Amino acid sequence: MIASIPQGLRPDLAAIAAMIRPGSRVLDVGCGDGALLEHLVRTKNVDGRGIELSQQNVNACVARGLAVVQGDADTDLADYPARVFDAVILSQTIQATEKPRAVLDHLLRIGRRTAVSLPNFGYWKVRLSLLVGGRMPRTRALDYSWFDTPNIHLCTLADFVDLTRLCGAETVEAHALRENGTTAPMQPSAWGPNLLAPGAIFLLKKS
Amino acid sequence: MTETPRFLRPVTMQEADIGHAVTFEQPLALDCGRSLAPTTVAYMTYGTLNAGKTNAVLVCHALTGDQFVASDHPITGKPGWWTTMVGPGKPIDTDRFFVICANVIGGCMGSTGPAEIDPETGKPFGLSFPLVTVRDMVRAQKMLIDHLGIEKLLAVVGGSMGGMQTLQWAASYPEAVRAVVPIACAARHSAQNIAFHEVGRQAIMADPDWKNGEYQLAGTRPSKGLAVARMAAHITYLSEVALQRKFGRNLQNRNALSFQFAPDFQIESYLHYQGASFVDRFDANSYLYITRAMDYFDLAEEHAGQLADAFRGSPTRFCIISFTSDWLFPTAENKRIAHALNAVAAPVSFVEIKTDKGHDAFLLDEPEMFGTVRGFLNSVAAGIA
Repeated sequence: MIASIPQGLRPDLAAIAAMIRPGSRVLDVGCGDGALLEHLVRTKNVDGRGIELSQQNVNACVARGLAVVQGDADTDLADYPARVFDAVILSQTIQATEKPRAVLDHLLRIGRRTAVSLPNFGYWKVRLSLLVGGRMPRTRALDYSWFDTPNIHLCTLADFVDLTRLCGAETVEAHALRENGTTAPMQPSAWGPNLLAPGAIFLLKKS
Repeated sequence: MTETPRFLRPVTMQEADIGHAVTFEQPLALDCGRSLAPTTVAYMTYGTLNAGKTNAVLVCHALTGDQFVASDHPITGKPGWWTTMVGPGKPIDTDRFFVICANVIGGCMGSTGPAEIDPETGKPFGLSFPLVTVRDMVRAQKMLIDHLGIEKLLAVVGGSMGGMQTLQWAASYPEAVRAVVPIACAARHSAQNIAFHEVGRQAIMADPDWKNGEYQLAGTRPSKGLAVARMAAHITYLSEVALQRKFGRNLQNRNALSFQFAPDFQIESYLHYQGASFVDRFDANSYLYITRAMDYFDLAEEHAGQLADAFRGSPTRFCIISFTSDWLFPTAENKRIAHALNAVAAPVSFVEIKTDKGHDAFLLDEPEMFGTVRGFLNSVAAGIA
């Protein structure tokens, strides 16, 4: 199955959007300028909320009419009660958190389902870049020098799958991102996507 | 025939045009256990109420504000206190919205307050006026809104004490307000804020012209005490950085220190000016009552200490705004409200705006605040269009 991509929405966001049920209550952690949240509110009639670190982004969200709170995933998720959201989204953010495990634990507690998208540090171009270049890789998805990157906790897809197990989460769906911007279903523990996919999207739940 | 005695009004407002006023004969039950009857609410409106009565926005004023939010003040002649926010084409657009702003009860611009005549005694209330709370102020506003035939306000917007009122609206009348915009406020008054208010009140009461609150009968005005109260409070509205930037150690009209106690520094004459101009338009007893109302404000108290319970199940949308350099109502206090709302999954936006202008920033030119309020109100209005 290849998810259809709404106009202008980043491929990983489109894949996440496809996982969200219409009319559900959604929390987007690290919602950026609100593109995904606005898309979900408009097309799926969700009751959407966001948390975002950057003031500029929060203001942009509020000006778009979105309910977004300025805050930090590392510190503010503890204030949210359990199971108030049908789905919690963490897109391209986990690698920038201080405590990825604590953040994931909170997400699994707050939401009935948790959608996580992340860049794959095990992608062959990243591996090759380090092997051949001998320097910390810079890719399209991770275009920072090692000394000023906000991405302080990079991992491979295999590493992330290990974390989901540590957190006691069950993978409901997993989709590998492809170079051409489409997505394809993947087995969470398959070695192929860990080498070939620049990123992936996981839908998790914890009973 | 009995001759009605003429009392000296605390300010020159007996000739002032207070805008509209409505007097309610039915008693207004207050939190203190007493009730007010009759109760007059003085207010201004801007823009036009649409046929469906769905475009009404209530603006709540702060401690020393009044109903003249977007039109010239009748005593000082100065422009309204929030003309940057309210007016044609402004974020609270009077071309689209019907804007209402009422003087709080306990105030001194036409609404029932300590300077008004007590119908029972024929004399000014003075300290016999009952203590009012922020919730009482909102109760009076609700009477006004009912009187205007408005079932549901599009929004209630206010900063500082006005922000407290927006929160009280959402807690007391969640079905009567679609959205609230609390700016630079808190769900409770902090110990530090109560402390500053007490300094102001003691300054007023230490003025011999205060006469135990009966200065109108005595024909005096505790102007010095009120001016000191205003000076102390004004410092809390600014930030150290802004004071340093604006005044530094600059001298006022002199090249060297005078070695006397006349104002040497610009900051001193600035504060003197703030104090002196304030007493022309404000009543000392009103200042006592309204500061007390703010001190008593603790929204969690009526919900057994659980702020979240004040908003449980609320359909109202919230847009909370704080300022980085506001130390009177710091971001942490505003965030506390956002957390409580998150805890009950209420629809809340929270924006912290970077500025060095302190608490006063909400009254000043802050484009990010304007953009936030405009975008938020547009989305609320779009929800009912």
